[in-house]
Amino acid sequence: MTNILAPGAVERHLRARRDTGRGLLMPYVTGGVTPGWTRYLKAFVEAGADAIELGLPFSDPTLDGATIQQASDTALARGASTRRILADLAEVRDLGVPLVASTYYNLVLHDGPEAFCAALRRAGVSGLIVPDLPVHEADEMTDVAAAAGVELVLLASPATPRERLEEISRRSRGFVYAVSLMGTTGERAALAASAAELTARIRRGTDRPVLLGFGISTPDQAREAGRYADGVVVGAAVMRRVLDGAGPDDLRAFLATLRRALDQE
Amino acid sequence: MGDPRARGRFGEYGGRYAPESLVEACREVDEAFREARADPGFRGALAELLALHAGRPTPLTPARRLSQELGVRLYLKREDLTHTGSHKINNVLGQALLAARMGRRRLIAETGAGQHGVATATAAALLGLEATVFMGERDIERQALNVFRMRMLGAEVIPVTTGSRTLKDATSEAMRHWVGVTGDSHYCVGSVIGPDPYPWMVREFQRVIGDEARGQCAAELRTGVPDHVVACVGGGSNAAGTFAGFADTSARFVGVEAEGGAGAARGRLGVLHGCRSLFLQDDDGQIVEAHSIAAGLDYPGVGPEHAHLRDLGRARYVTVTDDEAVGAAVRLARTEGIVPALESAHALAWVIRAAGGGDLPAGSTVLMTLSGRGDKDISTLKELV
Repeated sequence: MTNILAPGAVERHLRARRDTGRGLLMPYVTGGVTPGWTRYLKAFVEAGADAIELGLPFSDPTLDGATIQQASDTALARGASTRRILADLAEVRDLGVPLVASTYYNLVLHDGPEAFCAALRRAGVSGLIVPDLPVHEADEMTDVAAAAGVELVLLASPATPRERLEEISRRSRGFVYAVSLMGTTGERAALAASAAELTARIRRGTDRPVLLGFGISTPDQAREAGRYADGVVVGAAVMRRVLDGAGPDDLRAFLATLRRALDQE
Repeated sequence: MGDPRARGRFGEYGGRYAPESLVEACREVDEAFREARADPGFRGALAELLALHAGRPTPLTPARRLSQELGVRLYLKREDLTHTGSHKINNVLGQALLAARMGRRRLIAETGAGQHGVATATAAALLGLEATVFMGERDIERQALNVFRMRMLGAEVIPVTTGSRTLKDATSEAMRHWVGVTGDSHYCVGSVIGPDPYPWMVREFQRVIGDEARGQCAAELRTGVPDHVVACVGGGSNAAGTFAGFADTSARFVGVEAEGGAGAARGRLGVLHGCRSLFLQDDDGQIVEAHSIAAGLDYPGVGPEHAHLRDLGRARYVTVTDDEAVGAAVRLARTEGIVPALESAHALAWVIRAAGGGDLPAGSTVLMTLSGRGDKDISTLKELV
C-alpha cells in the first residue's frame, strides 16, 4: 500500500534539485504538435530542464491564450489524441526528468479518472495538471491519482483567498503551480507584480516546491522569477517558436538561455 | 427544481469546474445573488424592470386553429412578445441589476444568434453599464442585423476567430476575457450553463416564464395544469424557467433539441465551460461542433439541471430536424399569424409530430413556450420557404 502522504517521484526529484540551489526549469510542449514532437523532449532535457510539462490537447482550452490554443488545434488537426501521444512516449524512455501531463478535465472524465491515470503511469508520466479542476472539485481525483502513482498538481492564483491557498498548498502533489497573473497563458512583456506576492503567500504554508507559470517568456523574466519562486514553467514562449517552425535544436538553444539566467541567481 | 446549495450540484451534474482564477469571482456572484434574491428591494426593482421595460407579463395564447388541426389543445407562452424579442431579456435584466448592485461597471457576454447579446446590450444601456459581447466570426456573418443592433445600443462586439467560430468558442473567449477583468466586470452568462451559480441563477431569473404560465393555466385551463409542458433546449434556459413553474405538478416535461445539437439526448458525461454535464464528444473526448439551422440551439451540450432531469426521468429530451423546424415555423405563421424563432419552432415541430400518437394523445393539453420571434431568421427562411 502506497503511503499517499509521502512525496512522490516528481516532488522528490524537484526537491533534490532545488536543494542544490538550482532554479527549476519546466518547459512545456503540446503533444503531437509536429510529426517528430518527442525530439523536443530530449532537447529540453539537454538544455537543462528539470521537469517537462506535456500538454494533451483539448478542443476547448478555456484557460489558454492564442499560442497554446493554436498549438492544440494544430496537434488535433494532425490527429493527436491522448492515446497516440502516450504511445509516442515509447520513443523516449528514461528521459531522466519527470513528465507532468496537463490537460482539461473533460479528457480525464472521458476515460474515467482511474483509467486515465493508469494510462499516464504506464506511459511513464508521473504528474498531472488539470487547470479546470480546482481544489474543491478534486476529491474524485486525489486518491485515484495517488493510488496510480500520479501526482496531482493544483494551481493557485492571485485571487485565491488565504484559507483556500492553504488547502491548495496542502493538497497539491509534486509542486504548487503558481499562476503569476489574472489572465490566460501567453507571453507578456513583463512579469506581473502579483507573481512575487502570490509566491510569498504560498511559501508561508508549505515548503513544497513552487513553480511560477503564465507569461514567463524571457531570460530576464526567468531570472526575476527565480529570485522568489523555486522555478518557472515556460509554455507559450516555447510553443510560439515551435509553431513558427523552430526545431529541437532551436528550442535547446532558447531554453539554454533560460537555464543560464536561472543559474545566475 | 430547488437550490443546488453549497456544492452547486444537480444530482451528479453542475459544480464549479472553473479555473482557480475564476473561483473567487464565482463565489462572489453566488453570494451576491443569494443576498439579492432575499432582498425585497432587489425583487421589486427587477419586477418593475420586467414590467415597464420588458413588457411582462406575456400572454398565454390559445393556438385555436392549429389545435383544431392537431387534435390537441395547444397554448403558447408568448416570450416572443417581450422587449428585444426573446426570453433572454428576463435573465439579463436580473444579472444586470445584480452586477450594478455588486458595483461592477461592465457586462461581458457571449452570444450565438445575437439574442442574448442584444438583450445584454439593452440592459447595459438601460442601467448605464458598458457591454462587451463575444461573438463567433461565422455568427457575425450570419446575423449582421443583430450585430448592428448591439453596436447601436452602445455595446462593443468582439469577433471570435478561433475554433468553429460559433457560440462554443464565443463562450470560451468570454471566460478567458473575464479572468483578466473580474474586479470590474460581471460575466453575464446567457443560458443555464457555466460554473455554479450560473445554471441555478439563470434558471431562477427565467422561472418568471413558468410562474406566470402556471397562474395563467390555473385561470384558463379546466384542469388547471397542462398535461405536457414543452420547450426547446439549446443550453436550456427557457425550458428550465418554464419547467420550474410546474415542478410540483404532474405535467410531463419535454425538452426539444436540434438533431445536430442534442446534448441531452445524445451527449456523454463531461466538463465544459465550468460545469459537469452532457456534451457531444468524439471517441477521443474532444468536443464535437454542433450544427443547427437555429443558431440558439447550436451548442454541443446541455445545462446540468437538464442532464439531471433526464436521469431522473422527470423530463424527456427529443430531437427534431432542421426541415421539421422550418415546416413548423411556416405552419404556425399560416394558422396563427405568428412567425416564431427557429429555436422555438423546434418545440412546435415535436408537438406537430407527436400529436395524436402515444406521446401526445388526442385531446391532451399542451403548454409550449414560444421563446422568441422569428424576425432574426427571416433571411434564413427566405432561402427555404
